[in-house]
Amino acid sequence: MAGVQVANVSRSFGAHKALDDVSIDFPDGGFYALLGPSGSGKTTLLRQIAGFDFPDTGRIAIGGESVERVPVEKRRIGMVFQNYALFPNMSVADNVAFGLSVRGEPKGTIATEVQRALDLVQLGKLGGRRPHQLSGGQRQRVALARAIVTKPRVLLLDEPLGALDKALRVDMQIELKRIQREIGITTIFVTHDQEEALTMSDRIGILRDGRLVQEGPPEEIYDKPQSEFAATFLGDANIFRGDATGNGIRLPDGTTIAAGSGPSLAAGAKASCAVRPERIQISTGAGTSEAGYANTLRGQVSKRIFAGNNSTYFVDRDGQTLKVIVQNTGAERLAEGQEVILRWSPESTVLIAA
Amino acid sequence: MAEQLATGSRRALRPALPLLLPAYLWLTVAIFLPLSAMVFFSFMTDLPLAGKEWAFTLGNYAAFFSQSLYSKLLFASLRLGLEVTLWCVVIGYPAAYVLAKVLKGRSREAIFLLVILPFWSNGLVRIFSWAMVLREGGILDTTLNAVLPSKINIDLMYSYPAVIIGLVHSYVPYMVLTCYLTLQAIDDSLIEAGRSLGASRLQVLKRVIIPLSMPGLIAGAALIFVPVVGSFMEPRILGGRTGTFYGTVIEDQFVAVFNWPLGAALSFILLAVVLVILGLAAPVLRRAG
Ligand SMILES: Nc1ncnc2c1ncn2[C@@H]1O[C@H](COP(=O)(O)OP(=O)(O)O)[C@@H](O)[C@H]1O
Ligand SMILES: [Mg+2]
Repeated sequence: MAGVQVANVSRSFGAHKALDDVSIDFPDGGFYALLGPSGSGKTTLLRQIAGFDFPDTGRIAIGGESVERVPVEKRRIGMVFQNYALFPNMSVADNVAFGLSVRGEPKGTIATEVQRALDLVQLGKLGGRRPHQLSGGQRQRVALARAIVTKPRVLLLDEPLGALDKALRVDMQIELKRIQREIGITTIFVTHDQEEALTMSDRIGILRDGRLVQEGPPEEIYDKPQSEFAATFLGDANIFRGDATGNGIRLPDGTTIAAGSGPSLAAGAKASCAVRPERIQISTGAGTSEAGYANTLRGQVSKRIFAGNNSTYFVDRDGQTLKVIVQNTGAERLAEGQEVILRWSPESTVLIAA
Repeated sequence: MAEQLATGSRRALRPALPLLLPAYLWLTVAIFLPLSAMVFFSFMTDLPLAGKEWAFTLGNYAAFFSQSLYSKLLFASLRLGLEVTLWCVVIGYPAAYVLAKVLKGRSREAIFLLVILPFWSNGLVRIFSWAMVLREGGILDTTLNAVLPSKINIDLMYSYPAVIIGLVHSYVPYMVLTCYLTLQAIDDSLIEAGRSLGASRLQVLKRVIIPLSMPGLIAGAALIFVPVVGSFMEPRILGGRTGTFYGTVIEDQFVAVFNWPLGAALSFILLAVVLVILGLAAPVLRRAG
């Protein structure tokens, strides 16, 4: 086991900077999700760590050992590909055995290790099958067993669940997490699915256009996004834009919004505030509001989407549509067209530098 | 579900039959009729032309077994076919690999064209060009003497190597194309998966790439071996007196001696031998893959 350090890594393809000065410390034994939209450089970063491709500048270390000059086959990594990349000319057991057999391990050892790996992914009985005789989820498990049977220092997964349907994906998320805990391997997991990143990982790094936008534990990024992009890419957010006041912003119409966290900005500087839809209280104004909900806006419900356990209200105000999510507590529901008051606390509001 | 699909495709076949008819008609006329005429000839004492007397005989086939020359030549031709096929693998497979896995974009197209070009040139032109290159005082001789300090004499013309060179050049595109097709179908991620599991490039080649490209190698080998065993043009022009092979003897029966029945019989013996060899080799090769 070993952590991975990526320091100031850049990689260009022609004039296009696929990675631009990226530095990330992947902790030993942790589950790290690299999250970003398509084309943001996630795969490119993973390929630098694996050794399929080499950075123009910057350093990469695995377990404290610099690996820039180490070829793929000597890096002792395990990789799971999006298309599984199982060898079609071999049985499931031979696929899993491949890494051990190229190392020249004795046959007996290989057989026991392969069986143990297949048992771990709950495919103990399918060793004799060919890859094309398996379902998508089963292939994914074989790919995982094949990657971990050699006891690699790091497990790299490139959108491994992207090709599976929703229900199977959730099963595999739980399964993958269980296996990762069981063997305690440092895991770097590439995904463009924010929910997957939130539920599975200990830490998340958000990439955009080859740059690391923000990184940290999921709760921290969700609660304290440092950019509009981070706020809207990981979860939903209402964004207000205006001028910094010292403890929040002033909107163009003069309304002030108080923010409980964020950088200290000079008064008058361009700034935004982000609020999660589930943090906003919506009412007709008749009732009393809870104390501390100092931020107040008036608006009109333009649309309501009922989703069983919650409802999403779209509220128009001053040319902006805000999103509010309300748990279904059995309380009175608001109709479309109704005038409403929105209230939320400064603690639920994050100030973001423009 | 599977049954439904099967009957569905059968039902779809019926309207397609009139469309297939011309193809079958053509196959009958172009291949079946001449071939059965040849089978017929091979059992005759002489050609039924110009009122000549003829009778049925097995003598043409018996000739092959009574004269050891024919089986010796057949053996030499089989060896020639094997050697040419091997050279085509040695040259064609790496070329196909580079085309499919190393080159990208424009340079791939350019090299591809160079590989196909011999296909588009006339066979005779190709062979006589080699004659110009290989003979004493020819292009190879002149070039080597211009480069090397001491005088050497290169005259490959009318030799076994000349026949091999000419045949390999004619047939190597088949190997490149069939191997290219199977190699291109191998996903690059399979190679990367192998490397990530600790295999060197050579181990990945041996355990993943070659087994997966076996169908292309087999197809290429069959496409080359069969015509080379019966070849006569290259052996005659580039081999001269050393270029007597089974194919040239058959050709002689048709164009020089006018003993069509013997030529036909020798052809069918060759066909039978080649089919037996392919039948025996295919499962062995497939298991290796
Ligand atoms: N081998 C390559 N040659 C040229 N451009 C590439 C290559 N690999 C990646 N890119 C470019 O780099 C950018 C990042 O790609 P990638 O890392 O695959 O993104 P992601 O995995 O986040 O979707 C993309 O714009 C892509 O077109
Ligand atoms: Mg990708």
